[in-house]
Amino acid sequence: MGVAASPGISIGYAHLIIKTRPTLSGILIDDQSIPIELEKFEDAIRKSMGQLERLKDKAKSNLEEVDILESHIELLQDPQISDEVTTYITEERNNALDAVTLVVNKMVQLFEGLDDAYLRARSADIRDIGDRIVTNLLGNPETTTPLGHNSIVLAKELSPSDTISMDLEKVLGFATETGGAVSHTAILAKSNNVPAVLGCSELLETVIHGDHIIVDGTQGTVIVNPSENVKEEYRQKQVDFIKHKAYLNSLKEMPAITNDGVGITLLANISNDKDMKKALEYGAKGVGLLRTEMMYMEKESFPTEEEQYQFYKSVAIHAQGTPVTVRTLDIGGDKPLGYFDLPKEENPFLGYRAIRISLDQQEIFNTQLRAILRAGVHGNLKIMLPMISNVMELRKAKEILDQVKEELFSEGIAFAPNIPVGIMIEVPSAAIMADVLAKEVDFFSIGTNDLCQYALAVDRGNENIKQLYDPFDPAVLRLVHQSIERANDNNISVSVCGELASDTRATLLLMGMGLREFSMSSTAIPEVKDIIRKHNIKKAKEIWNHVMNMDHSKSITDYLEKHI
Amino acid sequence: MISKEYIITDPDGIHARPAANLIKIGRKFQSTIQIKKDKDPIELNSMIGLMTLGAKGGDSIMLTIEGEDELEAAQAIEDFFQNELSKP
Repeated sequence: MGVAASPGISIGYAHLIIKTRPTLSGILIDDQSIPIELEKFEDAIRKSMGQLERLKDKAKSNLEEVDILESHIELLQDPQISDEVTTYITEERNNALDAVTLVVNKMVQLFEGLDDAYLRARSADIRDIGDRIVTNLLGNPETTTPLGHNSIVLAKELSPSDTISMDLEKVLGFATETGGAVSHTAILAKSNNVPAVLGCSELLETVIHGDHIIVDGTQGTVIVNPSENVKEEYRQKQVDFIKHKAYLNSLKEMPAITNDGVGITLLANISNDKDMKKALEYGAKGVGLLRTEMMYMEKESFPTEEEQYQFYKSVAIHAQGTPVTVRTLDIGGDKPLGYFDLPKEENPFLGYRAIRISLDQQEIFNTQLRAILRAGVHGNLKIMLPMISNVMELRKAKEILDQVKEELFSEGIAFAPNIPVGIMIEVPSAAIMADVLAKEVDFFSIGTNDLCQYALAVDRGNENIKQLYDPFDPAVLRLVHQSIERANDNNISVSVCGELASDTRATLLLMGMGLREFSMSSTAIPEVKDIIRKHNIKKAKEIWNHVMNMDHSKSITDYLEKHI
Repeated sequence: MISKEYIITDPDGIHARPAANLIKIGRKFQSTIQIKKDKDPIELNSMIGLMTLGAKGGDSIMLTIEGEDELEAAQAIEDFFQNELSKP
């Protein structure tokens, strides 16, 4: 058993990647050999650099991989390594291979002994470049046996350079002894739809090259040399998985309508125009949340009005006429910008963040509003204000928006004058005052993640208490219900854009509360649509009527799981 | 010689990517650049040295830059800390 890191089932043949690190030979060299061994070492470094540069060219579209490779290139040139290797060769009379092995082991130990988890993990990078130098010293660079078809790659660990240089088309699955759900291998497997199970201890002890292997990346299991019965069982599971995926795929084109004919609007949460394309592919009818933080984070200084205009314009055009709700800058002490000096705070979640910054540093807000208003000409954009906690903040923001419109008008610049303005309901005070706020906005979007953590006073990043974070807590559900009802009373639209929107246990519950718009990550849309299409509003209402009288979340989730 | 003190504001300290970039900046100039936390200064030419300095968020580090192009080097380092890492 290991960590289910990328879903799906694959059945194939073991392809072992085993790194044999040469044991120390202990052979000492004589005077004449010193320059020869030094030259060997330098040559191995040169070859290694060349290989990494080539990998970097290959990886150029993948920024994460490029970052890893660049830091490896730096490490290869590190004088702490080359100086020590030189010392071992010239003074200790070690041969180049032993010298490199000794120095790399020492550096790895140094990093493993550090108390910072991030730096400890860098020992893998040192090991990676060490292995590369050694391979080149041995004179048989990159001699891994070529992958056959239907390969399941098994390894103790896979270094970034292993996975980057692999021909992924031939890889059916991954299984490794180390690594977890957020490791490099997991991310790579998921983005390529390759099943993976990581962190299976003692995996390699029983496997030889060519063994039959089953990787179940949904359950997190690896089976070596399965019996014919087991293989048959997994072939069936594989078919079911693919069928289910195909079934969900077929729903992409189908409308999200209950079987008693009530239409539900399913929207996507996105960060850029690339996500926009993907959203439409998954059947989204627009965007309920365009996060703008990423755009700010990717820059080295505040993005200019023109840069932002191009960004929003591109999303608006890719949306092909569907609505796009743009959330204004939502940063704070926990989500900092490199170039923006935010003070360290005791309680960043209760601190200087989101709309509070926008209202305080109006030039930042002005620039963003100008860009959104201008881009509004190219599509159906809406403006959403994050973290509104009282009506005065809303009025102030709208006043600034009106000023910005006047400026644009007097400058003769085209903009969308009637752009709808809405707010996030994520602070409990806003949910409580929803009746007042609803009269002054065009829409609500309920951010259940923050609403939950503020309502329950739980920091979900805190390991000791994160089990208290529970969006099914009846207190949270009442705030959500009240916000939906007040929006409906006032004939403004309302959606939910937090994680609750993609939780299929909550789909009918929220519909029963009166919700008709959901916004979620694109990949979650088909599953939610499936629930909607299989049920009706009458049942949804019954579910909410039942749940509203329950007093704790465990009974609520138990009940919901039984009724979908 | 130019000396400058910076406070690391990133709570994670100096990560691999900024470390690699800082080393690259150092390599561009003739000047000798040294960096020091609380122990002996180290020369700014080693990723390993820089990462094992153990500078975390809130720590202050001292840089000294000496050589013909020290003004340009100091400016490049200033830009790096402003844009990529933290503020003095």
